[in-house]
Amino acid sequence: MHERPSASSGDTRSRLQWPPQDAARLDALDAALINRLQTSIPLLPRPFEQIGKELGCSESLVLLRLRRLLSEGVLTRVGPLFQIERAGGLFVLAAMQVPEAQFEAVTAQLNAIPAVAHNYRRDHALNMWFVLATETPEEISGVCAQIESMTGLQVLAFPKECEYFVGLRLEARPHTGSERDGNEGQQGQGHD
Amino acid sequence: MKVSKGRAMTDTATRRCSSGQSAAALSPLQRALMLATQSGLPLLERPFEALAAMLGISEAQVCEELAQMLASGLIRRIAAVPNHYRLGYVANGMTVWDIDDAQVDILGPLVAAFEGVSHCYRRPRRLPHWPYNLFAMLHGRSRAEVEAQARALRELLGGSCRANDILYSSAILKKTGLRLKPE
Repeated sequence: MHERPSASSGDTRSRLQWPPQDAARLDALDAALINRLQTSIPLLPRPFEQIGKELGCSESLVLLRLRRLLSEGVLTRVGPLFQIERAGGLFVLAAMQVPEAQFEAVTAQLNAIPAVAHNYRRDHALNMWFVLATETPEEISGVCAQIESMTGLQVLAFPKECEYFVGLRLEARPHTGSERDGNEGQQGQGHD
Repeated sequence: MKVSKGRAMTDTATRRCSSGQSAAALSPLQRALMLATQSGLPLLERPFEALAAMLGISEAQVCEELAQMLASGLIRRIAAVPNHYRLGYVANGMTVWDIDDAQVDILGPLVAAFEGVSHCYRRPRRLPHWPYNLFAMLHGRSRAEVEAQARALRELLGGSCRANDILYSSAILKKTGLRLKPE
C-alpha cells in the first residue's frame, strides 16, 4: 500500500526481493544470545565462557550457536565496530538514481569496491543508498569520482554534519506459534 | 516494538557532532588489530589469544589495546551485529525531514531520543534533488508500525518541519562495514 511506482514497474525483481530475507525462527537461547551480544562481548580471555555462565549454557554451545547464527545470516558480524572518524577516516552516506535496467550491473560494480561498506536498495527515485568508508577524508571524493565514471550516474554525497544518536539495539524475540501468527498478519498489512 | 536505548546512550559518540573530534592516525598495532578483526573475531574459546598469535604479541596486550581503543572511541563496541530482517524487523525506514536550519540542532536530539530511532544525523541538503537535512532510521515489524512512529515524530516536529518522507529498504545489497586496505 505504500509502494512507490518504480521507474519500470514491469520489472518484478524488486518485488521478488521483498522481504529481502525472512525472519529466522529463533529459540529462547538464540534470542538471549543475540540480545546479550548486541551490547558487548567482554574483554576476557574466555569471553564466550562468561556469556555461557550468564545465560546458563556451556561455552561450546555459545560458540556453536554463534557460528550457526552467522552462517544463517541472522548475525552479519561478531567483532569490533570501528569508528574510523576517530583515526581520521570518514563514513559518508551517498545515493544514486539507477535506471532499473542497469540496477543489477551497478550493484555489482559498487559492491566490488572495498570502500563501499553498506549498500541498500530503497523505494525512491534515488533508489541506491550506500555508505562509503575510507581511512582518509580525501579518498571519498576519489571513490565518488570512480563510481560516477564507472556507472555514468551522478553520486549525491550526504556527509554527516552532526550525529545526534547511534546505537539502538533491536530486540530478538524467540519464535512462538502465536507470535508468528501475529507477525504474519502485520506483514500482510504492511506490504499490500 | 521493544527497543533497548538505555545502554546505547552511553556510547561514546552519542550526541556528539562530528566536527571538532580529535583524530590521531592509527598506530601500527591499532591498524594490525583492525585488519585482523575487520571480518570478525575468531569464534574460538580464546579469540584474543588467536589474534595475539596472528600479531605476534601477548593475549594480555591484545585485550589492553582493544580496551584502549574502546575508551578512545576508535571502537564503538565489540558486539554482534544482527541482520534486521532476520530478526523480523522487515520494515526499515529511513525517515528524512526538512527542518528549519535554526531549529535542527534543537530538534535533532529530540528525534534521536525517540523510541525506535537507531541512527539520527544532520546531513546537507542537495537541492534541487533533495530538500531534507535530518535523517532518522526507524525499524519495525511492519510498515504500519514504522508509519505510526513517523507520524508521532511529525507531531513532535510541528511547524519546524516543512516536508518529510520515508524511504524503505527493499534489499540489502551489501553489508560488510569498514575494510582497510592491506599494506
